[in-house]
Amino acid sequence: MIDGAREELARRVGDLLSRERLAESAVLEPYSTPRRIALVARGVASAQSDVEEQVTGPAVKVAFKDGQPTPAAHAFAKKVGVDLSQVKTVSTPKGEYLSARVVKKGRSAAEILGEALPREINSLYWAKNMYWRPGKTSERFVRPVRWVVAMLGENPVSMEFDGIRAGTETSGHRILSNGPVSLRTPNTYAEALLKAAVVACPQQREQRIRKALDAATRTIPGARWREDKDLLETVVNLTEFPSVILGNFDREFLSLPEEVLVTVMRDHQKYFAVEDANGKLVPHFLAVLNTDGDPQGLIRHGNERVLRARFRDARFFWDTDQKKPLRERVEMLRSVTFQKDLGSYFDKTMRVQFICSQISTWLNPDNPDATKVVRDGVVHKAALLAKTDLTTELVKEFTELQGIVGGLYARVQQLDASLPEPTRFAIADAIYDQYKPESMEDSVPRTTEGAVLSLADKVDSIAGMFALCLIPSGSKDPFALRRQANGMVKIIAEHRLPLSLARLFETAREAYHGTAAEKKFKSLTYDQDIRNFFRERLEFYLRDVGGFAYDVVNAVLAAGADDVVNAAERAQAVAKVRPSEDFESISVAFKRMKNILRQAGETGKHVGERVDPALLREEEERALAEALPKTADSVRQLGSKGNYEQALLEIAKLRPLVDCFFDKVMVMVEDEGVRANRLALLQAMLNEFSTIADFSEIVTEGKKS
Amino acid sequence: MNEIKKNSLTFQELILRLQSFWAEQGCVLQQPFDVEVGAGTMAPETFLRVLGGKPYNVAYLQPSRRPADGRYGENPNRLYKHTQLQVILKPPPEDVQDLYLRSLEAIGIDLRQHDLKFEEDNWESPTLGAWGIGWQVMLDGLEITQFTYFQQCGGVDLDPISAELTYGLERIAAFLQDVDSIYDIVWARDPKDASKVFTYGDVRFADELQMSVYNFEAANVENLWTHLGLYERECQELLRDFEELSKKRDRYEIQRFPLLGAFELCLKCSHLFNLLDARGAISVTERVGVIARIRQLAVGVAKAWVQQQENPTEEPMEAAQAIG
Repeated sequence: MIDGAREELARRVGDLLSRERLAESAVLEPYSTPRRIALVARGVASAQSDVEEQVTGPAVKVAFKDGQPTPAAHAFAKKVGVDLSQVKTVSTPKGEYLSARVVKKGRSAAEILGEALPREINSLYWAKNMYWRPGKTSERFVRPVRWVVAMLGENPVSMEFDGIRAGTETSGHRILSNGPVSLRTPNTYAEALLKAAVVACPQQREQRIRKALDAATRTIPGARWREDKDLLETVVNLTEFPSVILGNFDREFLSLPEEVLVTVMRDHQKYFAVEDANGKLVPHFLAVLNTDGDPQGLIRHGNERVLRARFRDARFFWDTDQKKPLRERVEMLRSVTFQKDLGSYFDKTMRVQFICSQISTWLNPDNPDATKVVRDGVVHKAALLAKTDLTTELVKEFTELQGIVGGLYARVQQLDASLPEPTRFAIADAIYDQYKPESMEDSVPRTTEGAVLSLADKVDSIAGMFALCLIPSGSKDPFALRRQANGMVKIIAEHRLPLSLARLFETAREAYHGTAAEKKFKSLTYDQDIRNFFRERLEFYLRDVGGFAYDVVNAVLAAGADDVVNAAERAQAVAKVRPSEDFESISVAFKRMKNILRQAGETGKHVGERVDPALLREEEERALAEALPKTADSVRQLGSKGNYEQALLEIAKLRPLVDCFFDKVMVMVEDEGVRANRLALLQAMLNEFSTIADFSEIVTEGKKS
Repeated sequence: MNEIKKNSLTFQELILRLQSFWAEQGCVLQQPFDVEVGAGTMAPETFLRVLGGKPYNVAYLQPSRRPADGRYGENPNRLYKHTQLQVILKPPPEDVQDLYLRSLEAIGIDLRQHDLKFEEDNWESPTLGAWGIGWQVMLDGLEITQFTYFQQCGGVDLDPISAELTYGLERIAAFLQDVDSIYDIVWARDPKDASKVFTYGDVRFADELQMSVYNFEAANVENLWTHLGLYERECQELLRDFEELSKKRDRYEIQRFPLLGAFELCLKCSHLFNLLDARGAISVTERVGVIARIRQLAVGVAKAWVQQQENPTEEPMEAAQAIG
């Protein structure tokens, strides 16, 4: 939050300086701490340079009557501030006009900044802001503004933000410094604050913290602190003068799962975990302080006390939870809301189970003796227990551990007396992974069963929300449906599951059949909305994760976006053959064909049903028409085997024939029969060869569109 | 660390110190509100006083009941009923954060020796139609206070805003006394005989145990629903009467209308809802509905209260002087 605002302020002021011609390219040094956002700009002129302008006035025939200046001429001279004798005339296409050269005095930087800065500060974006002055008169800001510093060189800039006059005094560290800090010049801003125990530059604070973490960890032989980018960013923005202490906890807590320990330390206490050379946790933690040290060990003692209580709580919750195993918690899900119109988690569980079994049927071979792709018994059980951890004390306390806790409990609990241990572990793993991937960087579920469960869970949520018309738009996506859909695409792609998205969502709707939720459904465009939504998700996946060029992605998805794995394979093939000259040329030709057909359509020209050999006049069109069915055949065959690259090369081989066709044959001829036949030929080409990708979407050299 | 423990404040001394600190800052010292509430925010000294334009500074202790949080006295860190010290500064002075820091010094915390952080934490209560922006105050890794600049309450935009400081007294006392269990906190020490102490457990254990049994096992669900219905209806009726009355513009009648009674009924509903929740008696479909019903009462009272405050009688009422 602070990071964003700091960079925004720098950008705004940078733009302001160049817009106002106060700096060609000012050197900007942004600063921020939890209590302040600042910017030092170097290379700012003290004033705008003067500008000469040619100002045009009234027409000469209006300005002069019988050679004498009229009031209009006098008014113009007065307005531009020159003597009438200095006023010249210019010829324009509209006639002769009065004109004068005017020198516009540049304004001073102090004046411009004093006027513009409050506006810029006020425009900073905050996810949540507030007012604080009576009468609701204050500007809105993230927290009440208590002081403002604005200086141009050694002088204060005369400005006011929210009733506070800007000055040259700032504040130091809340506890480590005394009284206001006077600034002599902006150049010494960071220096002056450092004396008041504030490291103003966030990068420097990060460096300090890293060094201090290293130093504190070094006291434990062989240990290292667990790198955590997000946590580091958080503590950088929580401190003005950071230092680090190493604390300990009782070894006995190491018997709790690492997931629980790390969540408590990282998410709740903002501590860094410490691990040994094998990556195993050791009973220490690192806390980042907002003060200069802990000579008496009081701070360490306090933090250890808090962590001990937290760990004891976790263990208490863990033990309490075991008194009621997961299988006895399924009924309890009836009183846990999933979404107000979509029913309880019990309802969701039933639906997800149904979807899981459908997916399993699709993926498994028809022959009951063949090896299964998905162990449907495992998925079934995992789906039944997946949400039960929502009723546990541990998840109520550490909500971010949902799924993980269920997985951990399933590992240690008797799920069913008849279950062999490996099956139980497989169920546990699927439950553990059900929310994966949480982001595009996160890994997908480890097993196919986990993948199926995760898919079913997400497809159920998205289907329900879309049916209720709760579709993400712009920045509004309260249920993180985009993230879930991205996750689905990633799972399908990485597990290489031959699934149809349309079929998945049809099944998800079936699962709602006859429920109370279904009565609330009001979407009339469900299929369409889902299709558009997933097309975007696929685009995102292929571009950002697959690294494919946007035109390749467009071309491939235009030919079908229902089967993720297939789309990714086609993209792969197109990307591979794309650099070849033949392919490039074919793409240009397809664009041409499409244009011709579009124009024909617009002007109501008839397109033949099929190519009639009798109407083929020119040798070139005959050659192409003859080659077409043969190539189409082999493209179809190669395509059905998934050999898209070879198929594309086959199409590219048509290039000489296509080129000759366009060189020699005129499509839009007067003869209606011939024309319709030629159009039919083009249409057939497009139909046959657009199943892998719509080549007309490929951006070609010299014809970027 | 024994040294700290010996010199640290007892639970009741902690309360007394904080109260006198805020009294010295010009706060009215109020007594705890005597209807069950889940948080100090729900007491009328906060919920109603933050509405309208009248400046007001108040500090009060508020035992806060959260039936579902009970743990039969078995968990050293969890309570069904914990004690908050609630401070409302309306409008907040500019140095409100420093003032708060001084209150910590007043209870013997040498800030130079400790690590203090203000961590972003924006508070929101959909049931009360209230939200604000602020921090949780962390002392050596322990959350000791919730610091909020109120922006809205009962669905009404506040002007002026109030600063709300909510101290978690059990946590602070356990920190000062360096004990691991809330039940080991020294509540009182006999000044004539320092070996005679009453711990938090001595004073409150039975309360935690028995009320956990009541909340989770014994409370009669059917009756709870009946009570909820009765309180709600009465509250609604009062709000309807007030609406009728306000059309007549009779200042005297408006001024004496018992909105405070309506608010107590609303709080009763809220507590009954929490009890039903702890009993696991609220189904999914009901849950959303009941929360919305209580919110409606709270918002209704807040709006009516603002209206009532904007209609002052010309003369102070004789009745207000009566001693009850």
